[in-house]
Amino acid sequence: MLSYIAKRLAMAIPTLLIVITASFFLMRVAPGGPFDGERQLPPEIEANLMAAYHLDEPLPMQYLRYMGNLLQGDFGPSFKYKDFSVTDLIAQGFPVSLELGGLAILLALLLGIPMGVMAALKRNTTVDYLLMGTALGGIAVPNFVIAPLMALFFGVILGWLPVGGWNGGALPNLVLPVVALAIQQIAYIARMMRASMIEVLGSHFIRTARAKGLNERQVIWRHALRPAMLPVLSYLGPAIAGIITGSVVIEQIFGLPGIGRYFVQGALNRDYTLVMGTVVFYGILIVLMNLIVDLLYSLFDPQIRYDD
Amino acid sequence: MTNTTPFPRPVRHHSLFKRAALTACLLTIAPLSMAATLRIDNGAEPGTLDPQKTSGVWETRIVRELFETLVSQDATGELVAGLASRWDLSDDGLTWTFELRDDAQWSDGEPITAGDAVFSLRRLLRPETTAHNANLYYPIENARAINAGEAAPETLGARALDDHHLEIQLERPTAWFLQAIAMPEAAPLPEHVLREQDERWVIPGRTVVSGAFTLSEWSPQDHITLEKNPQFYAADDVALDEAIFYPLEEASAALNRFRTGALDISYTSVPGGRFEQLRRELGETLRVNPMVAEYFYMFNLRPESPLSDIRVREALNLATRREVITDQLLGMGQTPSYWLVPRVTAGGAEGALPTAQMAMDERMARARELMQAAGFGPNNPLTLTLRYNTLEDHKKIAVALAAMWKPLGVDVALINTEAASHYAAIREGDFQLARYGMVATIDDPYDFLGSYTTGGSSALSSGYHNADYDRLVEQSSETIDPSARAELLTRAQQHLLDDYALLPLYDYVNTALVSERVHGWAPTPMDVHPLRYISLEE
Repeated sequence: MLSYIAKRLAMAIPTLLIVITASFFLMRVAPGGPFDGERQLPPEIEANLMAAYHLDEPLPMQYLRYMGNLLQGDFGPSFKYKDFSVTDLIAQGFPVSLELGGLAILLALLLGIPMGVMAALKRNTTVDYLLMGTALGGIAVPNFVIAPLMALFFGVILGWLPVGGWNGGALPNLVLPVVALAIQQIAYIARMMRASMIEVLGSHFIRTARAKGLNERQVIWRHALRPAMLPVLSYLGPAIAGIITGSVVIEQIFGLPGIGRYFVQGALNRDYTLVMGTVVFYGILIVLMNLIVDLLYSLFDPQIRYDD
Repeated sequence: MTNTTPFPRPVRHHSLFKRAALTACLLTIAPLSMAATLRIDNGAEPGTLDPQKTSGVWETRIVRELFETLVSQDATGELVAGLASRWDLSDDGLTWTFELRDDAQWSDGEPITAGDAVFSLRRLLRPETTAHNANLYYPIENARAINAGEAAPETLGARALDDHHLEIQLERPTAWFLQAIAMPEAAPLPEHVLREQDERWVIPGRTVVSGAFTLSEWSPQDHITLEKNPQFYAADDVALDEAIFYPLEEASAALNRFRTGALDISYTSVPGGRFEQLRRELGETLRVNPMVAEYFYMFNLRPESPLSDIRVREALNLATRREVITDQLLGMGQTPSYWLVPRVTAGGAEGALPTAQMAMDERMARARELMQAAGFGPNNPLTLTLRYNTLEDHKKIAVALAAMWKPLGVDVALINTEAASHYAAIREGDFQLARYGMVATIDDPYDFLGSYTTGGSSALSSGYHNADYDRLVEQSSETIDPSARAELLTRAQQHLLDDYALLPLYDYVNTALVSERVHGWAPTPMDVHPLRYISLEE
């Protein structure tokens, strides 16, 4: 098991290297630079800025410098947020994103799995149509529509919850963004769970279990549920990474200090180091999440083992 | 650049507990003496709070509270005494002398001296500081050479005569120099702190300030908290105990928070599409004021561009119905503009496009004639590309312009890109017509007119060159007498407009949401609202 983990981590290094190199050069292909804005800078001043951030050096040189710093764990200074290093920004934003994303995924699992199972068991009945109809709605309506509506209804009209702000992660401030983030995930997971449950229920080992005389509850709990969750499990890896780093819309609508916005704003501002920092961080997160998911597989599927 | 500086993480939970505990104590002991906390939506996260590295109002709004300038601005935007109690200009217009208040001190109790002011100006012009607005200080002796890395900062024409007297030597008289001195860039800086640590020093717990407020918390993308500075020379007049700035960017999010009373002031612009409805709903709390900023289209005047023909430029200007854009498309009270310098700007620059007074029929007839003379018409259309950066209003205006010019036989191809690509294309002169917005750094016509002089940013982008214009702008800058100067500014602007060098559309307005609880907030053309004049109703 340990050597498997070590092997997987070693394999991640070339992957990350390719991701970093490709992003570095792709970023520079985009027209415009970090100092192109409404106020055009006089040439002298622009030259000073380029020199201060080594942007006046040849690109390969800049790449080597970046990689050298990265090896020492230094993501470099942000061009836009000059009083912070990229490492500071990620270190401060990540706990917020983790809390939001983690709670949203948890909520999605707690609601999505039972919804999917229920729909599968009551296949082609009103319950099924109702549940799947709701799920389809959840997928179809994007969260930039749902979130402001929720803020307006529960915040402004009813006045039950704050319409935004982090407030140190206080529970009332978390409710709306977590729910808004989770809605789409609940829908995905419910649909996925339904499909895979139906498939599992039709398989030979379930027929065998029923033939043994097990009652329906035992069949589902002891035999069907675990294998049916495998697709959900493999979906979770990238979903967690995505929801943690990619909640830019929710962060903006609720004014939350997570890292999602750095990715988008960084790209728009041509804040090269900030974008690179989030790319590297995101890359590492995906690699780790996929590894964890693969390890969890062995818990859910007895056919999978990572013995040496 | 390495980042080995240990960075104290801004306390978040901890300080909240502390504040909650403090509030609880205050509530039990003295329920009437609640701290006056103003909650402001700042519109964006500041990129820096180092006064010399700022690039926008979302930064200077906070920086001005932390660092007092020699010459300050009052609630109405007038220049008033700041750290300097008085100042004087020599008869030849070349030597400024500032007398510093003798009761001014840094927040750590050290006195603020003329030496700090000299230190600050030298730091500002050093190339390594990378000050975006360093060019505003080029009139100071040797400043330009220092900023270009060709002279040592010590050679700058600024010296401390003694602890309380600062002398600044200019290379040429500069009418707007006091405006530059009132900018946060020129605020004296604590030399005794910066000698130890020059990078990332405006951070809670590390920074030492001179303004009405100190920096107590900074949690990026979440909030910045300022506390009243008891060492500030006019601390007795400051009514607020605390101000919290939130970096909201989303217009409807800011509006919702304002509606629920979670914000006292919001500087995020209100959602444009629902302006009329909001005006009815929000009433007096929605403030709309003219701003020293201009919305125009830049023409590419280079020989290979079809807009190098002045007849085409005049025709496009004639066929543009600015009132349709301001009244029907935008409807927020923007002024249709036939000039580059917004009318609200100080200094008295007049002048307008000759077309301003003509009736629309007359304008269209003349425009058709001009296009025909230039060799274009419905049978031989002129194809133009028009660039704009991503924003709903920019798009509406671009589409409207294309429709307005259609009757002249002009086919417009719209090119939309996001901001960085857009401004890069402008910088490189890679456009025919490009949407541009110019927001003043100082409240003076020079800020606008200077950009079209040879070597200025708009001249570099558009290829405009007119020696007479250059000379007039230069003269206006060197003329101290206000009425003589206003006349020169007007003549200069008229030159630019007679050349149809650009397509002006409107003078901007800014919007703010200001709660009825807030007193002392006044509209100002530069959108500066010092907190020391603001109080909150109990």
